[in-house]
Amino acid sequence: MLESLPSTKKTQPTSSHEPQAQPQVKSPVASFELRKNDKYYAWLFLGPSLLLLSIFVFYPMLRTLYLSLFLTDNFGEPTVFVGLQNYLHLLKSAPYLASLKATTTYVVGVASLTIVFGLLLAAMANQKLRGIEFFRTIFTATMGVSVSVSAIFWLFMFNPTIGVLNQVIMFFGHQPIAWLTTPGWAMVAVIVTSVWMHLGFTFLLFFGALQSVPKSLYDAADVAGASSRYQFWHITLPMISPTMFFVAVITLISAFKSFGLIDLMTAGGPTNATNLLVYRIYKDAFMNGNYAQASTESIILAIIIALITLIQFKLLAKRVNY
Amino acid sequence: MENATMNRAMFKRRLGKTAKYTMLLILALIIIFPFVLGLWTSFLPSMDIAKGALWSSHLSLNNYVAAFTQTKILQYLLNSLIISTLVMFAHVFFCSLGAYAFVFLKFKYRDQLFYAVLATMMLPFEAEVIPNFVTVKCLGLLNHYSVMVIPFLTSAFGIFMLRQAFLQIPRDLKEAADVDGLNHWQFYWRVTLPYAKISLFTLAAYSFLGSWNQYLWPMLTTFSDHLRPVQDGLRQLQSEETFNDWDMIQASAAIVVIPTLIVLFIGQHYFKSGLNEGAVK
Repeated sequence: MLESLPSTKKTQPTSSHEPQAQPQVKSPVASFELRKNDKYYAWLFLGPSLLLLSIFVFYPMLRTLYLSLFLTDNFGEPTVFVGLQNYLHLLKSAPYLASLKATTTYVVGVASLTIVFGLLLAAMANQKLRGIEFFRTIFTATMGVSVSVSAIFWLFMFNPTIGVLNQVIMFFGHQPIAWLTTPGWAMVAVIVTSVWMHLGFTFLLFFGALQSVPKSLYDAADVAGASSRYQFWHITLPMISPTMFFVAVITLISAFKSFGLIDLMTAGGPTNATNLLVYRIYKDAFMNGNYAQASTESIILAIIIALITLIQFKLLAKRVNY
Repeated sequence: MENATMNRAMFKRRLGKTAKYTMLLILALIIIFPFVLGLWTSFLPSMDIAKGALWSSHLSLNNYVAAFTQTKILQYLLNSLIISTLVMFAHVFFCSLGAYAFVFLKFKYRDQLFYAVLATMMLPFEAEVIPNFVTVKCLGLLNHYSVMVIPFLTSAFGIFMLRQAFLQIPRDLKEAADVDGLNHWQFYWRVTLPYAKISLFTLAAYSFLGSWNQYLWPMLTTFSDHLRPVQDGLRQLQSEETFNDWDMIQASAAIVVIPTLIVLFIGQHYFKSGLNEGAVK
């Protein structure tokens, strides 16, 4: 109905009593009023969002940056200006570097395994088979599982005495593993749980990407006699590489922010083996009361995540196949 | 001769199919095993769970009765439902208004403001909890529903996503509406929102799930059982239980996960089409 309006309006003036003159007089007034209106509406529409973002995003970032340049008292108030001392101190402290290293292991492990398994699930679900819809539904299932539920399900499986994993291991005659109380295995346990949690959404993204690869490309390759393995490496992968990159970035960022899983499964232990960046910030600020150090750690985390996001923006803007 | 090759081809295809189904089944089992095990143990008596038994002759709903009567799991679920629903509606409303301003309104510093908003997408909330905690404390919001709603009423991501969707609305529509005398509010409400329905649903699902999965923030800002959302409620139960007392925990986890799974499977059709649309653009 709206599309037809301009034409009817155009024809009306010529047939009406005051021809020609009316639109000429009216249009500058109308556009002036519109512009004045725009300003008013801009405040009304954008005001709430800008206010909220200022209070809960802009201000805290600046405040965190500010605190990271000071020493703080027990109430989180700045006391002595120390410049970049907090940063220098942190980047030389062994526990922090260990936490950084553990976070890197965790993040790289989670992102790479999520991509490999997500792609495998999507490729398997992208076949024309009877009942494939059932499998597609199953593969998205972990999207409906929150962090607490995941942690509880997997804690039960990793339980040293009654957990099903150790029961299987013992059935095959091996020694049971102290999953969450041995540093290396604890890292494995949180990575596995995290990958499992991320799989549903990753599968969905990859599946959508696979479905949107034009079928004509495969038909042409079939005619040329290319094997299905060749087709996967030379058609499928290049075509879905933007999605792959997107998945890598969002999984990396989400893994960098991991908190709930760590809190529930290992509480950063054993011996700080899974004391990832965000968990450290939480402990330093809210348990040890060292707000200056926690602020410095927050800024470092923000820089890392900002860099990953920037790379994503840059590459998405180009929108090329890598 | 010809018959033999045909048979071999058919055999190969059938073998390929069997291999594919086997692979699919194995993958599906890996994905759902933690669910199945969790749900299954929620029906076992705690005696058998403590022994690590996977079978019992006394399957019952006792753990569920215990979870409903002895824990606050229903209260936690209700809290989360209220908080997430509020966040979802407010989020879609404020983000769509903001996105509308960036697409259809002309005002000073519009592009600069947009880039400023865009830049906040890079800042993780986890890195800002310390000043935010002080802020809500000063505002007197601690231990209140609103502390879990107000900071999440809008987001740079939501504004950005809806702006992309609104940019696809044909300009002719806006011109036609101007001629027709529709003001911005009317155009926003009658044309923009219906036009970008799928993106709005996607953002709604995204913000609902985001709020539902909040963990760190509610843990810092709420202390009472009658306000606690479900993630922190489960955390509370898990830390209160003695180490091998898994019956009630598994039942509580099942009570939390079953409704979300049902919603997920029902809503999947909508979610999928929304995501695909977002991925293409």
